[in-house]
Parts: sequence; C-alpha cells; structure tokens
Amino acid sequence: MADIVLDHVYKRYPDGTLGADDVNIEIADGEFIILVGPSGCGKSTTLNMIAGLEDISDGELRIGGQRMNERAPKDRDIAMVFQSYALYPHMTVRENMAFPLKLAKVDKAEIDRKVTDAAKILDLTQHLDRKPANMSGGQRQRVAMGRAIVRSPKAFLMDEPLSNLDAKLRVQMRTMVSKLQQRLETTTVYVTHDQTEAMTLGDRIVVMRSGVVQQIGSPQHLYDHPANLFVAGFIGSPAMNFLPARLENDSLRTALGDLALSDQVRQTLSSSGAERDVIVGIRPEHFEDAALIEEGIRHQGSTFSAQVDVLESMGSDKFAYFTIEEQATSDELAELAADAGTADVPGGDAGQLVTRLSAASGASEGQSVDVWVDTSKLQVFDPKNGKNLTASEAAPATV
Amino acid sequence: MATAVESRPAAPAKGSSKGAGMSEGQKKTWWAVADLVVLLYALVPVLWILSLSFKTTDTITDGNFFPRSWTLDNYAQIFQIGLFTAALRNSIGIALISTVLAVVIGTMAAYAIARLDFPGKKVLVGVSLLIAMFPQISLVSPLFDIFRGIGIFDTWLGLILPYITFALPLAIYTLSAFFREIPWELEKAAKMDGATPLQAFRSVIVPLAAPGVFTTAILVFIFCWNDFLFAISLTSTSRSQTATVAIANFTGASQFAEPTGSIAAAAVLLTIPIIVFVLFFQRRIVAGLTSGAVKG
Repeated sequence: MADIVLDHVYKRYPDGTLGADDVNIEIADGEFIILVGPSGCGKSTTLNMIAGLEDISDGELRIGGQRMNERAPKDRDIAMVFQSYALYPHMTVRENMAFPLKLAKVDKAEIDRKVTDAAKILDLTQHLDRKPANMSGGQRQRVAMGRAIVRSPKAFLMDEPLSNLDAKLRVQMRTMVSKLQQRLETTTVYVTHDQTEAMTLGDRIVVMRSGVVQQIGSPQHLYDHPANLFVAGFIGSPAMNFLPARLENDSLRTALGDLALSDQVRQTLSSSGAERDVIVGIRPEHFEDAALIEEGIRHQGSTFSAQVDVLESMGSDKFAYFTIEEQATSDELAELAADAGTADVPGGDAGQLVTRLSAASGASEGQSVDVWVDTSKLQVFDPKNGKNLTASEAAPATV
Repeated sequence: MATAVESRPAAPAKGSSKGAGMSEGQKKTWWAVADLVVLLYALVPVLWILSLSFKTTDTITDGNFFPRSWTLDNYAQIFQIGLFTAALRNSIGIALISTVLAVVIGTMAAYAIARLDFPGKKVLVGVSLLIAMFPQISLVSPLFDIFRGIGIFDTWLGLILPYITFALPLAIYTLSAFFREIPWELEKAAKMDGATPLQAFRSVIVPLAAPGVFTTAILVFIFCWNDFLFAISLTSTSRSQTATVAIANFTGASQFAEPTGSIAAAAVLLTIPIIVFVLFFQRRIVAGLTSGAVKG
C-alpha cells in the first residue's frame, strides 16, 4: 500500500509527439482512481509509465515516497491486470496465480495458502487445476485479477480489464472489482475509455485528452462542474446538449429562445466580460415537460415549445429528441464526436437536442410540447478555448 | 477483362454439374486415392531399399520387389567392418551437438529479431538469408585450406562449425515466426509479476515457443545428418567421418563386386535415427499451445 505521485511527468516519443504532457496526479493511499478518455489520449501511456513498461521522458514518479523512474517493473511492487488478461497458457490457474509468488521466492506452504485464499475470494476454487484455454472470458478475467492480488502489492494497475467481456458480464465484474478494491484497500489505477465504468467505479476520475489532463475530481464533481467542453461532453450519458448562444445583458439568446440567467450564473459570468458568443451546455435531465412543473418553480427557468422528433420511453423516463437548426462547433466537440463514432452516422448527433422528461409527460412523437429548462443548471463555455465560464468552483480541482 | 466476362456464364454451369454430381462419400474416396498415390510415390523407393537390404548377394539383381531369399548378412557385414560403427557414432554426435547449439543460438537471435528494435536488424536478417542462399560447394575449398591451417581438419569441430553456420539462418527464420505469434503482453505480465527479462524468457516465452523450437530442431538435425558435401571434403579418417561418407566408401568383396546390399542396409539404418527423432519430438509439437493466453 502506498500513494502514487506523478510529478510533472512527460512522455516524448522519438518523433517528437507527446504521449503525456505535464501530467500531475497525486493518488492517495488506498484510493481508486480512474484514467479516462478517448483512444489515444495518453491514459494507457500514463499507466505504462507507472508500471515501468514505458520510460518516463521527464518528471518524477514516486510510489510510497520513493522515486521510481529508473526502477524495473519487478522492483516497483505493483501488479497489473491487462485488457487481454495475458494469462500464461501453459500453466494451470493455480500455477498462473502462484507465478509472482514463486518469483518472489515465497515458501511453498505460504504460496498454497495465498493462492487458495485468492481463489476463494474470486470464486475460482473449483477451477484451480484447469488451463486458461478451457475457461470462459469472465473466468480468465478473474484469474488475471487473482494473479494480481496474491502478492498484496503496493498498487494495482488495470488496463481496461473489462472491455473484452460482454455487456452483462461487464456490469457484474464491475461490481466485483469495486467490492474487491474496497475489501483490499489497495491503491488502484484503472484505465478505461468507458465513461460509465469511470463514473461507477472510481473515487476520483482523471479525464485526459491528447496527453493533457483535463480535469481531476470525484465523478459527481466532474458531472456537475466540468472544467471545459471536453469533460462536459465526455462525462454523462446521454451526453450534454451543446447550443451556440449569444450572451446579452442578463440572458442567453439561443435556438431555444432567450434563456434568462439565474442570479448565481449571472454573478459568475459578469466578471468574465460583456456581450459575446458562447456555447451553452444543458444536461438532458435539466429539461422537463412544462405541464409537470409547478407554477412556483416555473419562473426559475425558461420554457420553449417544439415538435418531438423521436420519443423513447424507458419506463422510468422518457427521452424526447428535438431538432435544432444551429449546432455548436469546437475542436473538443468534433473530437468527441469522432471518438464516439457519431460523426459518421448520417444525421448523427448533429443539431439534435436530447431531453429527459418524466414518465408522466404527455409528450408524443410528432406533437408539439412545452419544455421547461432549469436555467440555474446551465453551463456556459467559451467557444475559443472550451473553458467553462460558469464553473468558478471547479477551478481549484483543475490542474 | 473481356474474357473474364465472357467466360463467367459458363463457369457456374460447369461447377454445378460436377460439384452437385459428387456426393460426400465420393469426395472422400477421391481424396483417399490421391493420398494413396502420393504415399506410394514417396514410399516405393524406401521400400525398394529395404527390400534390397534383405536380399542375398546372388538375388540382389533379380528385380523382384519381395526378396526370394531373406538374409540379415548385409546388416551383419556393415557392422563387421568397424568403420561404419565409428561413422555412425560420429554422425550422431556431430548432428546432435550442431542441433543443440544452432537451436540455442537461433532461439536467442530469433527472439531479438522478433521483439527488439536495434540498429542493423535488417542487415542482420539479410545477411543470414544470404548465408542460406550461398552455394555450399564454393565454400568447400577455402574451408579445406583454412581448417588445415588452423588444425581442425578431420575433427568434429571442423564439421560442427559449418553445420551451425548453415543451420542458423533456417533456425532463425523458423523461430522468429514462432516468436511473433506469442502475445507480447505475456512478457509484460511476467515483468509485472516480478520476473527478470531472463526469467520471463525462460519460464514464459520458451515453453510457449517449444513447438517452434522442436520443429526447428528436427529440421536442423535432418540437415546435419544428411549432409554429404562437407562431410566428405573436410574429413579423412574414421576419427570424424560421418555415416553418409562411410557408405560412399564401402567396398565389395572384390573390386568387381558392387556392395549394393551393404549400401542398402546402411541406408536403412541411417533413416532410423531420423524417424525416431521426428516421432519423439512430434508429440511435443502441440498446435495451438498459445490459445487461452489472450482473448481471441
């Protein structure tokens, strides 16, 4: 058990590209931290640098207060779970799990005891003498976990350990990983590109984009106070809606009509300058069928009416999709769309507004409906650099 | 292009009349016939030699496939000479040592080629290919001179050296193909589990590359065992003459008698170690050993 500190860490490739650009992360002892971002964002590079599988070009990595840059992976006392599991196919499950202990020259009785314990935790006891080839994906995954935990290392590193499992199993294993981490209280660094995994598993999330840390914070903090457009668009499903808007006096002129700013938003914005073009972000759940909003609360937001394109009833909620003419554009949003693959879908997310309405809503496809927006929850972004203009509280958490 | 378009309508008609007409059973029969033809083609000369080796001296030229009168004299004879026993010992020793050395060196070289990026890698691979393609006959005279000069002419070492040289390219090529098949993540996992590079190589990579190593070993052994050119040029006495050379030096009872029977018997004996070697290692060549390491 130990804390892990990345202190101004850089990864420079021979061709000059930066895999990690001034990464600063302090991971507390026993913390479960998630590195998340689209592919190629540097999250795996960062993990490999912690593991020692890739060299650190500049900066310092400390585990338990000691500098690790020059140490070989085997001398760092950390265990890793790979996306492909990387089980040794010529060894049985027992031998696979005993391998790190055997290398550490632990005596036989102790190895047996530890492997049996780990197998019990992971429900692998009856499979101990099987070879990985004869096991299912979920079982192999558990063996990989077992190989990591037998050694009681200082930290666990997990490189997308669940992405090879099918959807249902992934949810089960997610809970298992979470329970396991709580039980062992070992510092864990977990890499994923799946924002749902990131939201549900981690104590804190590190969002990365092209080698640069965008924001570090608890899942809720990132959701409520994204530091920039990229984080806002990446965290949350369905994603936040982004609309181009013009800030005039006390209101935002958007395709949905003029949105009155709440006092709180106005205060933070007033210091940031006068009339200007901005991008406004609204989460789907901050919309509601206006008919269901009590008169007393209605003035806290704005109401617009539009025709429902598609209505998806989930039972607990209804997702209503509207078309909007104008579409917010920025590098960050383009990158997110490309990563999600929506850029390739004809009509994709382009000019679409997603709203989550109560199941009691009377909205129906093709009909016009009055929709209410909670304007106190608006996020306003600078279209030039993507910065969140409303997130003054988020500032200390940003690096 | 035009011909392709024209011939298109004809092709399916032809295919359907033939393909549909043949049942599953008929297909199997045809395959069996084809297999049998290939098998006979390969085995008849071997069986012919076997038959010759059991024939007596006076029936050896009668042209019968099955010997009229059986005898083991030919086998007894070649061991009486003494020369052949020594040659057999030389052959086994030289071939085994060359195989072990070539496989060990080849394994390490192939691993480096498959996994590491180092300057001059392409040159190295190119040069090893060049060696494999070099006509051996052109090297015989220089080697003869050099070996006499440094005093390793007519020694085991004098044969082991050229054997390793020519076996290595083969070993490196076969083995590096096998190494490329082994997922790199296994090595990373071993490193994370606390293994030194050597430990990772020994306890993870080598067991997985075992089928490749054994395949290579068989190929290299056969190459060394069958060699005649180097063996006859670089040896002169029973100290290092190999079995292939010994056979060539067989003499009959008189200078007018061809020692056909003895040659046949020796040839049969010579194939036995190879069959044993292949059968022994074949059990270890288990296909798909790496399945289950990584998903997919």
